[in-house]
Amino acid sequence: MATKLVSSIQEAIRLCGLKDGMTVSFHHHLRNGDYVLNLVMEEIAAQGIRDLTMNASSLFETHSPLLGHIENHVVSLIQTDYMAAGLGRAISQGIMEKPVQFRTHGGRPSDICRGATPIDVAFIAAPTADPMGNCSGKYGPSACGSLGYAFADAMHAKKVVVITDNLVPYPLQDWSISEDFVDYVVTVDAIGNPKGIVSGTTQITRDPVGLVMASHAAQVIANSGLLKDGFSFQTGAGGASLAAAKFLKDIMLEKGIQGSFGLGGITGYMVDMLQAGCFRNLMDVQCFDLKAVESIRTDPRHQEISAMQYASPTAKSAVVDSLDVVILGATEIDTDFNVNVHTDSNGYIMGGSGGHSDTAAGAKLSMIIAPMFRARLPIVTDRVQCISTPGRDIDVLVTQGGIAVNPRNAELKERLVKAGLPIMDIRELKEKTERITGAPKTIRRGDRVVAEVIYRDGTLLDSIYNVPGEQR
Amino acid sequence: MRRSMLFLPGNNPNMLINGNCLGSDAVIFDLEDAVSPAEKDAARILVRNTIRYMDFRGCEIIVRINSIDTDFWKEDVRAILPHKPGLIMLPKTGTAQDVLTADAFISQVEQELGMEKNTVGLMPLIETALGVENAFAIASASSRVRAIFLGAEDLTADLRCKRTKESREIEYARTRLVVAARAAGVDVYDTPFTDVNDDEGIAKDAATAKALGFTGKASISPRHVEVINRVFSPTRKEVDYAYEVMEAIALAKQQGKGAISLYGKMIDAPIVARAQQTIEMAQALGMDKGEM
Repeated sequence: MATKLVSSIQEAIRLCGLKDGMTVSFHHHLRNGDYVLNLVMEEIAAQGIRDLTMNASSLFETHSPLLGHIENHVVSLIQTDYMAAGLGRAISQGIMEKPVQFRTHGGRPSDICRGATPIDVAFIAAPTADPMGNCSGKYGPSACGSLGYAFADAMHAKKVVVITDNLVPYPLQDWSISEDFVDYVVTVDAIGNPKGIVSGTTQITRDPVGLVMASHAAQVIANSGLLKDGFSFQTGAGGASLAAAKFLKDIMLEKGIQGSFGLGGITGYMVDMLQAGCFRNLMDVQCFDLKAVESIRTDPRHQEISAMQYASPTAKSAVVDSLDVVILGATEIDTDFNVNVHTDSNGYIMGGSGGHSDTAAGAKLSMIIAPMFRARLPIVTDRVQCISTPGRDIDVLVTQGGIAVNPRNAELKERLVKAGLPIMDIRELKEKTERITGAPKTIRRGDRVVAEVIYRDGTLLDSIYNVPGEQR
Repeated sequence: MRRSMLFLPGNNPNMLINGNCLGSDAVIFDLEDAVSPAEKDAARILVRNTIRYMDFRGCEIIVRINSIDTDFWKEDVRAILPHKPGLIMLPKTGTAQDVLTADAFISQVEQELGMEKNTVGLMPLIETALGVENAFAIASASSRVRAIFLGAEDLTADLRCKRTKESREIEYARTRLVVAARAAGVDVYDTPFTDVNDDEGIAKDAATAKALGFTGKASISPRHVEVINRVFSPTRKEVDYAYEVMEAIALAKQQGKGAISLYGKMIDAPIVARAQQTIEMAQALGMDKGEM
């Protein structure tokens, strides 16, 4: 029987013809439980290959061995949509010569598909695969659910290697990525640590301030004019965002509203909403918890989608274009509603857009939910340190102390004022917060660009500078 | 208007600075049970500064000071009074004399500060068997008393009975306090429901308090605020009916009749009085006159 099985990662790398200066790619569905990126990079380093571009849909703390590969010149350029704080700190300290290229979850597949960021070899961690490379994230000990971010890599890389710890006889039923894209299949003992891949349960917040924000958020949606049959919705996995989803669910059930779809990274709470009849479908590019994985495996209404279909601006259409409401977070937001999700209060990289600016651009109502201050620092500033999502795409900021509506959306403001919600000007909200915290000093930044924020259309949106005074 | 009053520990800065965002009509900054003796001074300073610097528009500030049998209460009054809280809550009030003792000292401090007498009201917390039996005397002891408050946790300890969710053990105290307060012409507030995870329980408990005649209810959890506000607000139907009552009685007057019936029920003075109260509350809550 035909097979694409090769004996080892080492062998797959050799067969792919990987050489100095090429580009390798990885997806992040195994999140902080991922073993595959480290296994592959270790092998590449051992083979003496240098000067690679790494295109990874996201990088987590578990990928910190990457720092060694950067220092040893195995990796000279990183393209990603999100970077955890540990790696981000090193990048901010200036360990790479070439700036990191941050894209969005929609911009990345767009650039891959249109050839702007060609991939030589894509390594696809697959929770289940057959010997010809049909693979899925829904089954196996390392099940992660959707494989949405890996589709562009599989379809457009010159060579594709599927790496699995659960090889099943050909043909695998219900595959996500099909064999016609795959060159080689490798088995390993484990592709990841299940504990880090998906959380057991994602909990809604018990913090009273978070609950107040969530309640405000649900009221904003209820009074936006968008909450009616056919309503579509995306929210994050943060505690307050989940609480907002819970409050929204109660409102939808009380009013008997059936939405069309829930989108995004999917949590158990969105699954609850599907099962309660709040939505006809879930469109899932990534699962966040075990309940979401179980649902995508068993419920045909819960549909896997690719990152192109999720959010690509150059796809013929993407789901974000049909989205009514998205709830998003922010580390900072400025008085023009520009949002920073890339850097922390000291200017260190600690995140990335993910789907932030894609959904903000697509949704009819883009809501930021954030506390007025974190520790002692106000959330609203005169100018964010880094523009991750432009203010023109943000409609409303919800905090515990008041709700600020972007003046670009006068109709929404009128609706919310009429509903009796605590609406205030964003400058007023800033002043109100600074009366408690004082005005923070401006962060000193270096003069070297350590990362570029590339908007979903491929243009440069902003640059992130090194944090001075603390060289590695 | 105080439908809900939320207790916030006086030694927790994060809760204090967010106190005006949690939806309650009033907050009770607690210097008593929530604060250990070693932290009394720090909490007093924190609470004082919170009142001094924070904007609590739309949310009344009440401070629970330490009881008059402690060494702390006079310092509490001296620190807090200049910043004019809405009310001072006086714990473990057992007799009218307790009220008079506190009243005399507060009057003295008001005078020292050049404040008008009775600027700051008192809300005795009745949480002993003695206090319950003296409820009317306490409520009418001084014009400074604006409301009385039932504290069931200490009370049940004093009664030597178990505090239960069903609250049979405090039925007498509840009704006794409501009657005493109404007789004295002051407001009356119900004890907090202490299971923060029991959403049904709090709704039921608040409804019981409302049905007995309480003005509002305190809470130890921000999660209970919304339901308490809802229970102690008039419903749309109640507001609409109140307006109908007022219109019917106006029509009766016009026609020179002493009484009139609405939906087959005679509209008399108590019904008009209740309708008036409902409309006043609805107006305070910004509820428009609905379509009739």
